[in-house]
Parts: sequence; C-alpha cells; structure tokens
Amino acid sequence: MTDLGNRRPGAAGEADGLVPSEEAPGGISRRRMIGYLLAAPTLVAAARFGADPAEAAVPSLGPTDLADLSDILTAAAAPTFGLLKITVDSAGVAHFALPRAEVGQGITTAVTMVIADEMDLPIDKVKVTLADATPELQFNQLTGGSNTMHALYTPIRTAAATARGQLRATAADELSVPAALLRAADGVFTTPDGRTATYGSLAEKAAVRSTRTVKTQLKSAASLRYVGTEQKRIDARASVTGTKEFAMDLDVPNALPTMVCRPPKINGKALAILNAPDVKAMPGVTDVVIVPHNQFTPGGVAVRAKTFGQCFDAVRALNVKWGGGTVDDKSSASVLADLKKSEIPLTPALPGTTIDETFIFNFRPGDALEPNCAVADVRKDRAEIWSSLKSPIWAKQQIALALGLAPEKVAVHVVEGGGSFGRHLFCDAAFEAASISQKMGKPVRLMWHRTDNFRQGRSHPMAISRVRMTRQGSNVIAVDQRHTGVACDFTQGLGDIFTSLDTSQPGQNFLQFSETVFTFTANVPYQFGAVSQLLNEIYTFNTFNTSSVRNVYSPDVATSTELMVDRVAKDIGKDALQFRLDNAKDDRMKAVMRTVAQAGNWGRTMEAGTAQGIAIHSEYKGRSACLVEIDCRPQTVNRKIREAYTGPRVTKVTYAVDVGLPINILGLKAQIMGGAMDGIAQALTYGLHLEKGSFLEGSWDDAHYTRQWNTPPEVNVIVMPPTTGEPGGAGEFGVGTTMAAVACAYYRATGKFPTEFPINQHEPLTFEPFPTVPPIPASPVDGLGRAGIKRPRKKTTKKKTTHKAG
Amino acid sequence: MPNHTFILNGKRVTVDVEDDVRLLWVLRDVLGVRGPKYGCGLGVCQACTSHINGKAFNPCRTPVSSLRSSDRITTIEGLPERVGKDLHPMQEAWLDVDVAQCGYCQPGQIMAAVALVEEVHAKGRKVNDADLDKIRNVCRCGTYPRIREAIKQGEARMPGPKKKKAVKHTS
Ligand code: FES
Ligand code: FES
Repeated sequence: MTDLGNRRPGAAGEADGLVPSEEAPGGISRRRMIGYLLAAPTLVAAARFGADPAEAAVPSLGPTDLADLSDILTAAAAPTFGLLKITVDSAGVAHFALPRAEVGQGITTAVTMVIADEMDLPIDKVKVTLADATPELQFNQLTGGSNTMHALYTPIRTAAATARGQLRATAADELSVPAALLRAADGVFTTPDGRTATYGSLAEKAAVRSTRTVKTQLKSAASLRYVGTEQKRIDARASVTGTKEFAMDLDVPNALPTMVCRPPKINGKALAILNAPDVKAMPGVTDVVIVPHNQFTPGGVAVRAKTFGQCFDAVRALNVKWGGGTVDDKSSASVLADLKKSEIPLTPALPGTTIDETFIFNFRPGDALEPNCAVADVRKDRAEIWSSLKSPIWAKQQIALALGLAPEKVAVHVVEGGGSFGRHLFCDAAFEAASISQKMGKPVRLMWHRTDNFRQGRSHPMAISRVRMTRQGSNVIAVDQRHTGVACDFTQGLGDIFTSLDTSQPGQNFLQFSETVFTFTANVPYQFGAVSQLLNEIYTFNTFNTSSVRNVYSPDVATSTELMVDRVAKDIGKDALQFRLDNAKDDRMKAVMRTVAQAGNWGRTMEAGTAQGIAIHSEYKGRSACLVEIDCRPQTVNRKIREAYTGPRVTKVTYAVDVGLPINILGLKAQIMGGAMDGIAQALTYGLHLEKGSFLEGSWDDAHYTRQWNTPPEVNVIVMPPTTGEPGGAGEFGVGTTMAAVACAYYRATGKFPTEFPINQHEPLTFEPFPTVPPIPASPVDGLGRAGIKRPRKKTTKKKTTHKAG
Repeated sequence: MPNHTFILNGKRVTVDVEDDVRLLWVLRDVLGVRGPKYGCGLGVCQACTSHINGKAFNPCRTPVSSLRSSDRITTIEGLPERVGKDLHPMQEAWLDVDVAQCGYCQPGQIMAAVALVEEVHAKGRKVNDADLDKIRNVCRCGTYPRIREAIKQGEARMPGPKKKKAVKHTS
C-alpha cells in the first residue's frame, strides 16, 4: 500500500507524535516508518535511505572480486551509517543536505516542499543544500534515471515526521498540555488557550543525548499544503539576478583559468609539446603540461593562465604531436554499416501481414549549456574538488585512487549544475581538473571550450532500431524490435568505484547495465501479443565517448514503435488515436490519451502540409501522451533566419503526464516542457556528423538544438491528478513521447515515412566546419557591431598606447 | 600592461590587461563579475549577453581595447539599477512565470529580452512573434515557451512603445 493511504481518522490537527514501536496501528506499513533521533546539540531527525536496512544494502550485481581495493573503503560503521538527516536550528530552520545533484530539474524545490509539508513549516524555513560526496550513503548518491523523487520521497518524509513528532513531544512538555491538543502551523505550536512555542525555541530542548530509533507516522494526503500544488523554484531569484553560483563562479583562491588543448580526433593522445617555451611565454600563461588520455581523463595539453581568454590563445598556439585516437577511420556511414552487421536476428515471423522497417538514430550531442568544468585544489596531502556531479562518491573514490590519497583526504563538493541531462553522471572534468592540479601543483579552474564539448564530449550513442509488426486482420499479434547501438557508457556504475571498476571489465558494461537498462525501459504499451525487444551494442564502452543523455534507449524505441503503430493504423484504415485507445494496455494510459485528444482537439481539420501526430509512452512509473501539430509547408520550412536551421515547425504541443503523485506541478510542467523541446530537436534537427574520427559540429549554430525559431508558440502541459500515491520521474519523460509524436506528425503532414533521425541529417550542412587544428576557433572581435557601434580595431597587444583613463 | 577604463554597472573601472582579451574574461576573471556566462565564446549562444550604452552585445567577442572610457557596460548585476529598483520589471516577469530551470542561460536571456523590448519600443511598436522567433539565446533546458510568455509580461510592465517621433534613445 502507499504511504498516502495511511490516513489518520479524525486527527484534531495533523498527524503528530511518535508512535511507540510496538503500537503501530494496523494497516500502516511498519518498515517505512522507522525514524531516528540522533545525538546532537540541536534536534536531528533521520531516516534510512531505502525501505529498510536490508533493502539499502548492496544491489545484486553478481560476485565481484575487489578485495585489493578495500584499502580505500571508508569503514565507518557509525550508527548514523547511510542516514538522511534533517537538522532543526535555533532559528527554527530545518536543514537538509540532499544527496543528489540539482542541475535544473527542480529537486531542491520539490524536496523543500515535502519537508515543509511534513513539518508544518513555511517554505522559507526549509534550507536544502547539496550534500558533499558521502561514501557512507553507498549507492544512494547517484542522480540518474529521473528517480530522485521516487527514491527519496518516503525517507525524507519519515525524517521530517520524526523531527515534527519530537518537537511536538517537547512542546507538550514545555507548555504542559497533551501533545494531541497542540496545533502546529508555520513552525509554531499553539495551545488551545493561545500560548505558543516556536520550533526554534524547542530545537535544543528536543535534542537527544543518545541516538535512538522511533516509530513515526506520516501525514495524511489531505493535510498537505504544498505537495501537489504549483510552487516556484526556490533558486529562481538567484537565477534571474545572476547570483546563482555555478562551479566557474566560485571564488577559490588562486584557482586560475585552465583549459585543455584537445586532439584533432576523438580520444587522441598528446605525445609531445613542440613549442612549450613559446606558449609559456605568452601573456598571462603560468603553466603548460601534458594530461595523459585514459578511461577517466580525455586529456591533451593543459594550459593555465590569468584569464580564459588567454587560455584560448595558448590552446590555439600550441603545437602538439598527437597520437592516434580510438575511431580515426570511422564516419557516420561506417558506424552504420557496423551496426547493421551486428543486429540480432528476428524471431521467425508468425502467419499474418508484416511490416518491417529499420530506423536510424544518429549521434546527438549530450552536453548542457554550462560546459564541462571543475575547480580542483590538489595539495601533497589533501585535495578539494568542486563540480556538478551526479556520481560524487565515485568521483571522490576515483580521484583519491588517481592522486594516491586516502579518500577521506579528498573533499568533493557538489555544485549546482547548469544543466546535465545525464552528462554529469560522468566526472570527466573533475578527474581532469584533479590530475592537472596535481601536475601543476596549483589550484585550477578547468573549463572545456564549447567546441570541445561538441567534439570530444559525450554524445548520445548512434543506434538503429528494426521493428517488425505482424497483424492478423486488425489485430497486431507480434512485435519484434532489435535495437543495435554504439555502446552506451555506463561505467559510472551505481555511482561508486566498485561497480564502476567492475563495469569497466570486458563485456560487463553491456551485461550489467546496458542490457538491464534496456530491459527495464523498453516496452510496447499496447496489447500486441508476442513482444520481443532485444538490444545489442557494438564497440567497447570507451571507443566513443557516450552517455545516457536525457535518456538513452527509450526515445528511439518509442519513436520507432509509434511510427509503426501509425503505419498499422493507416493500413487497416483506423484513426491513429482510436487504434491506440483500442489497444492500450491500461486505463492510466487511456486517460492521458483522452486528455490530450480533447485538450489538443484531435482530428481537427488541418491545412495541407500541416498535421497532428499523437504518441504515448510509459516509463518512470508513469504514463504520458503527446499530441503535436507540425507545419511542413514550404513557407515555413524555408524561413530565413541568419545562420539558423528553420525547417518544419512544431506549432503546438499538448502533453498529458501521469506521474503517480505529482509533487510540484509547476516544476513538472517545466520538466515536461523542456523534455518536449529536446524531443523536437532529436526528431528534427539535433544530430552530429562523424567524419574520419571527428564530429563536424563545433558550435550551437552547427548542431541545431531547438531555438526560438523552432519553439512551438503553443505548449500546454497537463499534469494528471494523483493515481498511485508515489511520485515517479519527470526529468526525461517529455523527450521520447514528444520525439515520437513529432515523427508521427511529420509522416502525416508530408506523407513521407521518416526512417532516419534527426530528419534533416542528410540535408546540406548549414555551416563550414571549424578546423580540428587548432582545436578551438578564435573568438571573434566584432562584438560591438550588434549594438550598432563601429570602431576601428586596434592592432597589437604589445607596445600599444594604453587606453586613456577618462 | 595597458589600462582600460569604462563604466561598469554605474561605476568607473580601470583594468590592467592585454588589449585583445575579450571583455567577458575581463568581467569574469579580472573583475569578478560573474553574472554573464560563457557558453561558446563565439557570439553564438548569447549566454554572455550584456548591454553597452543600453544595447545588447556579446562581451565574448569584444576585445577590451575596443571600449571607450565613456562606454556604459551593464551586466545582469547592474540591470535593476537602471530602473532604480531591486529588480527590473523583466526580472519580475521572469519570477512570475518561473522561467528558469538550471538558470545558466537566464542572465543572458533577460539582458537580451530587455534590449529587444527597448529596441522594438524605440521603433514605436510592440514585440511580436516574429521578434521572439529571432532571439538567438540557447536554452538547453528548453525554457523557450516560458521565456516568450515572460517577455510579453515584462514588456507590459515597461514603458510602452515610443510615440511617432521617438524620443532619442539614450546612448
Ligand atoms: S559566450 Fe558569448 S555568445 Fe556564447
Ligand atoms: S535554464 Fe538551463 S540552459 Fe536555460
């Protein structure tokens, strides 16, 4: 049963105190209700991550032999092992260090809402920060698969409820009234005769001297004030005033700008610097060192200078002897040929009418707008790292190993990230910064150039997906799907060094992760008889630099199957929506479909060259349906905007999502909206071209992510009312469903059945590729032109008369 | 090293740095003004967008030596001062619409939005969909629809389009 089912009948106020363990009322799931009071100067309440101690243990990954690494294991078996803690201070503020990365997905806001509700606090009396790498949390500090709220919802509530119960008991003592008569609101207890005690005044008195476990009870759904409402982000003001601090904004003494001159081909190695003294003599430059390429650090030649501008210049001036990379002779076409050779055969066809198509999904860039970056200060006996990390425990352990330090000597701080989309599962920048700082013996502020992010960063792996649908009459009786991709790197493992090392063993990346992720995410949400979906991957995990980028398999799988569903519907003469409704597996799915159909006016008459498309997708314990309208008329496709790829325009998106239990409706809508922008790009415009070991794209005007000229003027996201009582994921949900709906709409608008994505992949390039040597382009010098200012350019930097102070 | 003087967010500053260092790095690395963000260094992503004499420009493609001592540079940090409030109306609209996700692109988005509204108003008309379509700022989080909404709301709170004979835009 779900936690929200645990309603307390007729409570005078909200759910309150601590329930003695042995008296847990019937129907309450006991194991989910164990809280801890920890010995501390003020009140600290906690809950164990995961359902109970047994479940919080090591996930079953099969036997591994890692004994030789045991020296880096932090063997702290403290009673607080693996707990999520809420601390109440004497100002009445509840503090919680969230063991997840906030990268824009809004989890700090959602968690703040959950704690505020459970503790009867206003939002501004809850402070959620990001936890430093905390190995004691084991596998519980990995941000991925859109699972944060799903995994943390109950433990955080339990900790908060424990704190509230202890505060209430303390207040009852202090005010000499039975606990049940106290009314709690906004961080204040009030007695029936109007006397009050604030949480702040109780925080110290409520502290315990020795740690103990208590039973506690969660609030009823009806008494929640914030959960399920629209709340604005807690960091919004910092974002709009430019005060939100990202890794590159931190003030770390002497951490000077640092960049890496990267090889011309993917994963090439720097063998020698041919002009080190010249580069060292350039203005502002302090250091030049080789950074070896390995599984963890892409590497090249690092330069450190007074400003990033001078790093750019130094990188461009470097003359480096490069060794070969891992894919020097490969191009998109040759990878495609390799993929085709490696497809797992289909099962023998059943009798009936079959359609059989293969869809191609090109490499897509994986990086956020904030480039890869990290600050590192490595000393002889200790190190400190700052970066946006989704696997910080792994970062800490791996950096300690690489630097030859004990893990407790390596502090890893998780900084809020400027986007991630799965990219920050990997800690490339942190690893690189640590290694450079050690080599230079100085603190460094490492940032990747944008062009390096596109060319040497991690991309969404190229894949093909073959789908065969077999039908008898109007019934689909079998679906076979064979998804074949370039290996997706999952060697972040579960965010710790043990599974990471294990995953790096030959074959293990696929066996332990790729296959598992595929099996658990790929599905056909219809009653279509015998369904067989299988994955195969080619190359080793580090041949190309890949990662799960706002989801890895399911957008491609959904797009392929949904297009085929449209084809079948067309063949049997059925309406695309009706056919889906007739065959959808469950009522939650039918409900989201009906919702978008109605809100988006499915079936309305559309002009030639424009059309609607609908698609559904089930993942993250949720259901979603997306209805889009697309305009493929020449006057739209051929719009002229400078250095833009315009193309067909999605003019309207109507999206309904059932996440089980929505926490922050406004945040959910934002995530789905963002995912939809991603889905539009992946369907229509956002691909990479691989040519002889290097990607051609090097800027945001080369790789066409959705821009304003591609943005639908109308976007309507509908969040369905709670269905399951448990929050599901949302960060990636919008992508696949929208991508599929756009593909289906394109098919209906143009009559052309798209089999390769992005759809514009084979149109002429819209740009002249930057050279690969030097690896980054020079920054232009005409910035004032945009403001309508024309000034003669000064020529030299040396010996030039200085600009007079005015 | 050469000295360069200009007016930054209402205060006169002088920096000692090589001529060709782009203003973005002078702001971020020398002066510690970190609102303008780096997203490409090519004048493409617009994350660094700031104002020079009230007009949008990209500090990442502007050598510091091309500035004059009378040039007024405004970064996101100095935007509210321009209206003498805690927040510019565009920032307020941004909060009301809850635009930001990761927030990285947002300083540039807001600076571009303010300049767009002022430019269009100076021409004596209001912002239309075609204007919004031409905004180049990248938002990898995909906040574009909310940006469009916020610009419309922000515009409504700013002084309206100039009447026929536009009062000369201060520069
Ligand atoms: S950093 Fe200036 S436009 Fe991208
Ligand atoms: S809010 Fe993240 S890039 Fe725009």
